[in-house]
This record gives sequence, C-alpha cells and structure tokens, in this order.
Amino acid sequence: MTISVTINGEPIAATVEPRLLVCDFLRDHLGLTGTHIGCEHGVCGACTVLVDGRTARSCLMFAAQLDGAEVETVEGLLLPDGELSPLQASFRDNHGLQCGFCTPGMLMTATELLRQDGRLDREGVREAISGNLCRCTGYETIVDAILTAGRDQAEETA
Amino acid sequence: MKPAPFDYRRPATKAEALRLLSDHRDDDAKILAGGQSLVPMMNFRMAQPTVIIDINRLSDLAFVEERGECIAIGALTRHNDVMHHLLVRIHLPLLAMAYENVAHHTIRNRGTIGGNVVHADAASEVPAVLTALDAEFVIESTEGVRVVGADDFFLGVFTTAVETHELLVEIRIPRPNARAGVSFEEVSLRKGDFAIVSVAVEIAADDGQIESARIAIGGVEERALRAEAAEQALVGASLSDDVIQAAAAAQIDAISFFDAPGLSAAYRRDTAKALLERNIRAAAARAGRMN
Ligand SMILES: Cc1cc2nc3c(=O)[nH]c(=O)nc-3n(C[C@H](O)[C@H](O)[C@H](O)COP(=O)(O)OP(=O)(O)OC[C@H]3O[C@@H](n4cnc5c(N)ncnc54)[C@H](O)[C@@H]3O)c2cc1C
Ligand code: FES
Ligand code: FES
Repeated sequence: MTISVTINGEPIAATVEPRLLVCDFLRDHLGLTGTHIGCEHGVCGACTVLVDGRTARSCLMFAAQLDGAEVETVEGLLLPDGELSPLQASFRDNHGLQCGFCTPGMLMTATELLRQDGRLDREGVREAISGNLCRCTGYETIVDAILTAGRDQAEETA
Repeated sequence: MKPAPFDYRRPATKAEALRLLSDHRDDDAKILAGGQSLVPMMNFRMAQPTVIIDINRLSDLAFVEERGECIAIGALTRHNDVMHHLLVRIHLPLLAMAYENVAHHTIRNRGTIGGNVVHADAASEVPAVLTALDAEFVIESTEGVRVVGADDFFLGVFTTAVETHELLVEIRIPRPNARAGVSFEEVSLRKGDFAIVSVAVEIAADDGQIESARIAIGGVEERALRAEAAEQALVGASLSDDVIQAAAAAQIDAISFFDAPGLSAAYRRDTAKALLERNIRAAAARAGRMN
C-alpha cells in the first residue's frame, strides 16, 4: 500500500508491505540507521521515535500505520547547520553514552520529556527513561545529561 | 523476528469495523489497537493473523466521560490518557494508582485500555482493578450490543468474553463510595514489568466500622481474583490489626497457589499475604477511620 508521511519535516510517499515495521522502514527503506533495533518486542527502547509528538516503539508499529503521521527520528535532532542539538551536546559533555547503542532511543525519550511543561527532577527523569535499557553507563550520566539540558533550556526561555 | 504476511484493513468508522469483523469471522482476523501486546507476539510469530483490522482511526472510541453513576472509558483510550484524566484522578484513584505500575511511559502512549483487558494477561494490573470495582464491558458486533460484568468478562489466561467477530467498545466503572479509601501495590521484578502479585483494595468505613470492602488480587490465578473471603471477614467488623490479619489469612487459605519456574508457590503465597495486609491497612487509613 501507499503511504504519505512526514519524516523529520520532509513529506514523502512510499509503497510498503503491510507487515513492514516502522524501524525497518526507517533503516532499510529510508537509510535512517540512527534508529537502532535491539529486542524487537518493545522491551529495550532503542528503537524509540516520535510519532505525532509522542514517543513510540518503532518495532511495535507498522509503516502502513504512519499514513498521514509526522515522525521524528534522531537524525532530525541535528541543528540546521549540522551541529549537535543542545540535548545531544549535553549527552556528550556529561558522558551520557559509551557504546551509543541506547542513545538514539534515550535522546528521543528525553526530547518528549523536555517538551513537556514543569520542572525536571532526578526522580522524574529516572521514571521517564525507565523503559530504555542501557548496558553501559549505569544511567547516572544519562540522567545528568537530561537534567543539564533541561536546566539550560529553562534558563534560555526564562 | 519479523511478522508473517497479512492483509491490512483500516476502517474509518465503527460500523465499518464491525462489518469487517463479521466478514472475516472465519478467518484468523485480529483487531490492532495499541499493538503493544499483539505486535510483539506477531514479531515472535506466536500470532500469525491473516487479516489485521486497525482500529486506530476510530477516534470516537477514545474518551473518558461521566455517565450517570458511572465513569465510561472508550476502548481505544490510550493508557496515558486514562491515567492522567481528571475524572479518573478524582473518581477512580485506584485505577490511576494501578496505572503507575503499567509498563513505561512510551508503551502507555500507544497501549489502550481496551487492548489491555482483551489481552487479559493474568498478571495485568488494570483487569485486577476493574474486577475489584465491578466494571461492566460493552461489546458490539453486527448482531447487536451486549454488556457483561467483570466476572463474566475475564474467563482465563488470555481469554475473555469477546468473540472473534466482536469489538469491545466501552468500559463502565461505577463511581466508588466517595468516603472510601483505596490502595494498590504490586511486587514485580522491575518497575514497569507485569506483576508477580498485585492487590487492589477499596474500603469504606464509618467510625471504625467497615461498611464495604472490594478487593482483587492479580497474578495468583488464571485471572484476577475477587478476594471474597477477605471481603466477608472485613465487612461489619471494627478495624484493627487483628481483623486485617485474619482477613488476609482467610483469603490466602482459599487460594491454591501454583509453582512457576523461579517462583515457588510459597513465595507467591507470602507475597500475596503481605500485600493484602499492607493494602488493606493503607486503604483503611485513607478512609480516615483506622482506630
Ligand atoms: C515492554 C512492555 C511492558 C509492558 N508491561 C505491562 C504491564 O506491566 N502491565 C500490563 O498490564 N501491560 C503491560 N504491557 C502490555 C500493554 O499494557 C499493552 O498495551 C496492552 O496489554 C495491550 O493493549 P494494546 O492497545 O496495545 O492492544 P493490542 O496489542 O493492539 O491488542 C491486544 C489484543 O486485544 C485485542 N483487541 C484490542 N482492542 C480490542 C477491542 N477494542 N475489541 C476487541 N479486541 C481488541 C487484539 O486483537 C489483541 O488480541 C507491556 C507491554 C510492553 C511492550
Ligand atoms: S527494538 Fe523496539 S523496543 Fe527494543
Ligand atoms: S551506552 Fe551502551 S547501551 Fe547505553
């Protein structure tokens, strides 16, 4: 079937088989390999993307379901000049990644969190990323990275 | 780990969805709601439906409304939208509390309350709460509408009253006694996992006397279990630690616990007993009448 979907701001049309998962559509059909595939059953969070502004597991959605939707992937976070976004830079500065496998999912989850109103605290960040597994960092530096990005963002808008 | 091929249908209206279900009643057709249980099973090829009927466009099935003495929740309402809804926070705090334990934020963004109850995992939290609160389930097909109570809805492991040609459209939950106190707690391996054992309690008391008690336990039998022995021991009694312990003990004696790999029956029994006592105590304290 044919779908029309906006990926990182760019409208595209594509022909997809119904059983094609969104993660495979992004990686194999569009070459957007920033979205990682870990478990393929919803547990690890590596494949997390934003669909119409809310995070979703791209391994638990069919591309056919994207017809008319807006998708944001980790590739869409880069600033127009190609620089890392403040959130990405904060991950780098706070050592919020080691092997980087979980990072795209963590970044998309944090993106949704940082767009919500309200103050961030450590507990809230831990809860927000509780569905994203990381085998390397022990999570503390990821929490630091998200909290720092949140604080910088709040200062900027203040 | 990729799903087997299937035909994809995306009805625009409920009537169209019901017609598709009827047309495909003899095929292995499956409704796709949030996909948070069905798609993992398809990825593992534990489920290989030949037709998928995607109901995500039926936006009139996503709502939380006050309906007389009930709060009505549409089957397609996403977990996060139920959990944070003001009507649920005010009138159904037990449901909101249980939702804190259901999966993770991203899963709750897409997973629906309807898919959750039709999936009917024995360890799932929401079915336990709906069993405690005497919820009713509105089921529709081209042949008409029927309404069943929780006891007739949840039939066993992954089994409900919803037949292959039927659609769950709405869940109605009677508004609990406003003076009641509630408590929900579970034990699971990790936050966000399905429960090993969960307990939901609603207790109303007047001047230390227990007026009503509604209690359900998840994870110990093939479906959420209404804790009738504990309820009977509590109603009419004066609140005290002895009464609470006796009620929990009476309930535990009425259950035959099963062994599972890595989880003995004895562990499940001790956990259920501790959770029963703790939740009854907490609910009673919130009812504000604990002596
Ligand atoms: C990592 C992870 C952790 C999870 N943890 C928990 C947890 O702790 N507790 C918990 O309870 N759940 C948990 N879940 C499951 C989650 O709650 C699912 O959202 C839910 O069980 C199914 O809802 P769904 O809308 O995604 O349904 P789907 O997966 O789309 O469908 C599930 C089943 O219900 C049927 N169905 C759906 N809607 C209808 C309808 N309206 N009428 C008739 N049939 C219908 C489908 O055909 C299918 O058989 C978890 C899931 C994941 C991936
Ligand atoms: S690959 Fe999707 S959650 Fe693990
Ligand atoms: S950085 Fe390696 S899994 Fe998280």
